[in-house]
Amino acid sequence: MTTTFTLNGQATTVDADATTPILWALRDHLGLTGTKFGCGMAQCGACTVHVNGTATRSCVTPLSAATGAQVTTIEGLEADRTGRAVIDAWVKHDVAQCGYCQSGQVMSATALLKRVKRPTDAQINEAMAGNVCRCGTYQRIRAAIHEAARALA
Amino acid sequence: MILEKYLLAAAQEPTPQAPPLSRRRFVTMSVGGTIGLALVPPAALAPPAARAQNAAAVPPGQKPTEQPSAFVSIARDGTTTVLCNRMDMGQGIETALAMICAEELDADWSRVRTGFGDQRAHYVDPAMGMHLTGGSNSVKNSYTQYRELGARTRAMLLAAASKQLGVPAAQLTTADGVVSGGGRSVGYGELFEAAMKEPVPEKVALKDPKAFKLIGKPTGLKPSRAKSSGRQTYAMDVRLPGMLTAVVVRPPVFNGRFVGFSADEALKVKGVRAVLPVDLDRGGRGLAIVADGYWPAKLGREALKVDWDVSGVEKADTDKLVAQYLELAKKPGTPAPQPHFRADVSALASAAPAVPRKLTAEFVFPYLNHAQMEPLACTVDLQADKCTIHAASQMPGTDAMAAASVLGFKPEQVEIVVQMAGGGFGRRATPTGEWVREAVGVAKALAADGKRAPVKVVWSREDDMKAGYYRPLTVHRAEIGFDEQGKVLAWDHRIVSQSILAGSPFEPFMVQQGVDMTTTEGMREPYAIPMRLTVHHPKVNVPVLWWRSVGSTHTAFVMETLIDEIALATKQDPVAYRMRLMEGAAGARHRAALQLAVDKSGYGTKRLPAGTAFGVAVHESFESVVAYVVEARVVGRGKDARPQLLRVTAGVHCNFCVNPRTVEAQVQGAAMMAVATTLPGHAITLKDGVVQQGNFHEFVPARLPDAPVIDVHVVDSSEPPKGMGEPGLPPLAPAYANALARLTGRRQRELPFRMA
Repeated sequence: MTTTFTLNGQATTVDADATTPILWALRDHLGLTGTKFGCGMAQCGACTVHVNGTATRSCVTPLSAATGAQVTTIEGLEADRTGRAVIDAWVKHDVAQCGYCQSGQVMSATALLKRVKRPTDAQINEAMAGNVCRCGTYQRIRAAIHEAARALA
Repeated sequence: MILEKYLLAAAQEPTPQAPPLSRRRFVTMSVGGTIGLALVPPAALAPPAARAQNAAAVPPGQKPTEQPSAFVSIARDGTTTVLCNRMDMGQGIETALAMICAEELDADWSRVRTGFGDQRAHYVDPAMGMHLTGGSNSVKNSYTQYRELGARTRAMLLAAASKQLGVPAAQLTTADGVVSGGGRSVGYGELFEAAMKEPVPEKVALKDPKAFKLIGKPTGLKPSRAKSSGRQTYAMDVRLPGMLTAVVVRPPVFNGRFVGFSADEALKVKGVRAVLPVDLDRGGRGLAIVADGYWPAKLGREALKVDWDVSGVEKADTDKLVAQYLELAKKPGTPAPQPHFRADVSALASAAPAVPRKLTAEFVFPYLNHAQMEPLACTVDLQADKCTIHAASQMPGTDAMAAASVLGFKPEQVEIVVQMAGGGFGRRATPTGEWVREAVGVAKALAADGKRAPVKVVWSREDDMKAGYYRPLTVHRAEIGFDEQGKVLAWDHRIVSQSILAGSPFEPFMVQQGVDMTTTEGMREPYAIPMRLTVHHPKVNVPVLWWRSVGSTHTAFVMETLIDEIALATKQDPVAYRMRLMEGAAGARHRAALQLAVDKSGYGTKRLPAGTAFGVAVHESFESVVAYVVEARVVGRGKDARPQLLRVTAGVHCNFCVNPRTVEAQVQGAAMMAVATTLPGHAITLKDGVVQQGNFHEFVPARLPDAPVIDVHVVDSSEPPKGMGEPGLPPLAPAYANALARLTGRRQRELPFRMA
């Protein structure tokens, strides 16, 4: 069956079972591999995308939930003012080590900055606690989020 | 890992006429003892005299004069690509090696790109003579190699420019990818093709380090933007035309085998193409579900019915193992071979006053999963006479030969396309080539089933966590006698831990007189104390492997908490006590690192709020020293008490620092990985042979709220650079534990921490 939604600003139709997680529709059906598979059960945040602006774990969200929705992935983020600022801050602070979790980190950070203009450390802790980085880039993530907030002010 | 030290030691001992048994064993022994696969003898292992005689007989691809074109290419537009002879798993080596090469090349850094070498001989570690990313060896072993590569390439560009411009090479200068002289300039891109036809100079002059523009300057990773915007691809992201995806069902107990299965329901799942029996590592047997994508493969696996036979295999149980290990540790084991581990400790048996103070301590460290963010993935494109493997391999040479042995191919029929790794921490370097062999086995079974197509084997998080490999479960026991001044009179120490390297090709060099060096590394040094160290290596049916900083993950904790305990027991400042114990040349770098951390942290001068304490530790691993001064507190009371790490100040001695930006990142990251080892739930346990943890809710990682402020300071040095991928990890947990001991009066004797 087919599911139609708006993906990074483009009308998109996927022919896959509606129970297929958005993650695998993106990666295997649409060839968008920027969204990562880390745990498959919403424990690590590597698969974070925005569905109607809300940070969403795509590995446990079925395609049916995307019907008619605005879906944004890391591939579409540079076209967004907030997303671009976050990515620029990530580069300026050399956040990435292996980088595998960073798509999800950037997506979560962008969703945070769209809700809260100047987040405190406590607000960053709360918003980012669901995104695991085994390389341990957390200190630079914190600094980059503050940097992006300043750049957007 | 301290591989190189032992490989080189082995290289120095033989006579040309009669290579010792160990060398011949290395050359001919089969990897894992099962698959009949010979490793290429590392060049470093050739007897010195033979090496001198056969200077011309260096294996093809490894002669310095063959090197530049294998590593450096410059496009017409000046885009310069430098290939990295290591895998990058986040440690930033592709950027560091490119910096080193670009410095001597006088390349335009903004136009430098990076890439990876492959399984061919050009890309071996020049000191070890084999492909290996590990042991924090990359900068240490390839610093001079990449400087010379840059310098040779530059010399060839100058030779070509001299002809083109009609100006003697000596009158030409280079900067930012341009050759200038005689009033004219020409870009490297226009010269490169002609330059590569020039003779390759064997000897080249290298720059005075004072003239460095790039090396030593904080530099961001080349793929930083790609990694921040989803454009960096990993092995998990490989897509080939017609590619299928497979998941593998592995036995619930290690080395079990299926005795029957029903694929009927699995094959009804839309998109499932085949269910195929496959050989697994270490003699196990499993099933591959091959499908159009990951999701149907996963659904197919859930619908599959499998009967397992685990009757003949040992079923490990960690509760029982810990009890057995603690019992075992009460008796001396096999003596560690080094003379400094052979001290007379008979004083411990005598009554006071020979030994005024005595301390006995037991420590327990659990099995640990690497839990790199990218689960394993390996794509195999198997043709009739060629096999191309897309994998984040830490040992592409070994993996290529493992693949060839599975297929009955010649090694040159296998190509490994090395991918960026989504973390590694040791998991991607199995001496048997285990996960690559398994994926090749799936491709072979698929071809035999008449469905020849590229296939990507994807490990789920549960697969990655439950199927091995692990940092070994380890128990330490120490009996220490000391006097009222803190002078250690005798220290009797035992370690119980599975050998990582027994049965591997590394055994002849790194298992000495029955003791695995990766178990004992990090013990004692640099403290000149009379220690007897003996080791038990039980055989357990749980696969074990190196895990970031290997033996030092536990030895540093034991040494640094015990030293701290003796200091406090004899009412001495832990820093001053360590400084005294580290007197002499062997402790010079330790003292410098510790002093820097002390100075920058305010230890001894800054007043901390009530309920907050300093903790200190210093440790050398892989020839770099890291000292930490941490500030910690305990929040909550009674059952709810939990420790909190507030601030970390690092003093680092890695000799000359090639990229301070990366060294800072590696120390911060290694410290966080060590913080994780202290958290409740950061342990792999087994019951009836079954691993109890499958995902991050059960094997708990450090998260952003766990992150303290981590300041990193590097001791200024011009000595040859050492690696920093691992040394930041070992001293963090003991420094944190030492702070908690000051706050609670109770010593932490295990990881993760236990507060009650």
